[in-house]
Amino acid sequence: MSAALPVAFAFAWVLARWRFPGKVLVDAMVHLPLVLPPVVTGWLLLLAFSPNAPLGGLLERAFGLTFLFRWTGAALAAAIMALPLMVRAMRLSLEGVDRRLENAARTLGAGSWRTFVNVTLPLSLNGVLAALVLGFARSVGEFGATITFASNIPGETQTLPLAIYSALQVPGSDLQVARLAGLSVMLSVAALVLSEWLARRSGQEKGRHVI
Amino acid sequence: MSFDIALTLSRGERPLRYTFTAGAGLTALFGPSGAGKTSLLDAVAGLLRPTEGHIVVAERSLFDSAAHIDLKPETRRCGYVFQDLRLFPHRSVRRNLEFGRRQGATLDWDHTIDLLGIADLLDRMPATLSGGEAQRVAIGRALLSAPEFLLMDEPLASVDGVRREEILRLIERIRDELHLPILYVSHDRAEVERLAQTIVPVLPLVD
Repeated sequence: MSAALPVAFAFAWVLARWRFPGKVLVDAMVHLPLVLPPVVTGWLLLLAFSPNAPLGGLLERAFGLTFLFRWTGAALAAAIMALPLMVRAMRLSLEGVDRRLENAARTLGAGSWRTFVNVTLPLSLNGVLAALVLGFARSVGEFGATITFASNIPGETQTLPLAIYSALQVPGSDLQVARLAGLSVMLSVAALVLSEWLARRSGQEKGRHVI
Repeated sequence: MSFDIALTLSRGERPLRYTFTAGAGLTALFGPSGAGKTSLLDAVAGLLRPTEGHIVVAERSLFDSAAHIDLKPETRRCGYVFQDLRLFPHRSVRRNLEFGRRQGATLDWDHTIDLLGIADLLDRMPATLSGGEAQRVAIGRALLSAPEFLLMDEPLASVDGVRREEILRLIERIRDELHLPILYVSHDRAEVERLAQTIVPVLPLVD
């Protein structure tokens, strides 16, 4: 999640502020995991990041990073699945920032970076936090892409939903399933409430909804 | 020469052309709304790029399409008092004033706050200010950035009655005591005739 945040913010920034040919394509790419069956996303990740694939091979040689059947793979799958939701939420909050205030900051002698840190970021902060919470909830719940890409290895790539799924396969483990499911419900409800609260605070009574 | 401006702005379909020069003191851009007066101020501040022409303020070239000069807004040293004020909503009055604060202003911090009568407002948030108060804070913020010239866009638009007279006097003092070139936008003839040394009618020439 911590790695996905700046990536999502960068996408949100580009989609909110830039105009360029092919923007529709970038937009579609970012949103693809939202509409694709998660299994397909997982399979595509498998194609891209396996050690035999160009991208996966490059990462392994350059940084010693492997994703297959490792917790890093589960994290990557979760991040990709959470990306569209995060980008949407951040984009909304960035578009809500008044460009005229940024211009005012520039005339007061602030360069683009100082303007960004002191004006744009604080004014969109609630939206960014809301996006973070949403993304977190989404990635905790991620199932299809993870099991396809990183498999279901206890202690390595077994996420909460995967653990529930595994427990369901074993007869007589109803109590454990109920415990895990309860935990999952609690996490999700907390994240949803928190993100709505943050979004509402930033929307200033406009009550904009992210989802 | 305080202002030497000749430029073309493309706004929508039709280009707008402006040419004028003005000496010391307050120069009023006077004309009906929709004539592009604010666009002209934005161009001088560097927020809107002219398609061609030049902008020279107090012998300093801020924009010159022929010489490929186009200073960034943050280096133009203009104190821009926007018509919609644009105080930062997430910062207190004090932190709004501090945002653009630069050493070397003609008036230091205490004098500025004194001149504008905003000492009691420092810890308030912009949303809680009245129109006249916010106007004075916006003027203060512009002055504290140690500008080399001022741009004022209808500074009396959001104030009425007694406050209006107060702000008018304030602008006269800024004009007479600080000796900053001021470019002043208004559509009110009486206001312009009272304040301005030079009046530039803004009736854009349309091709």
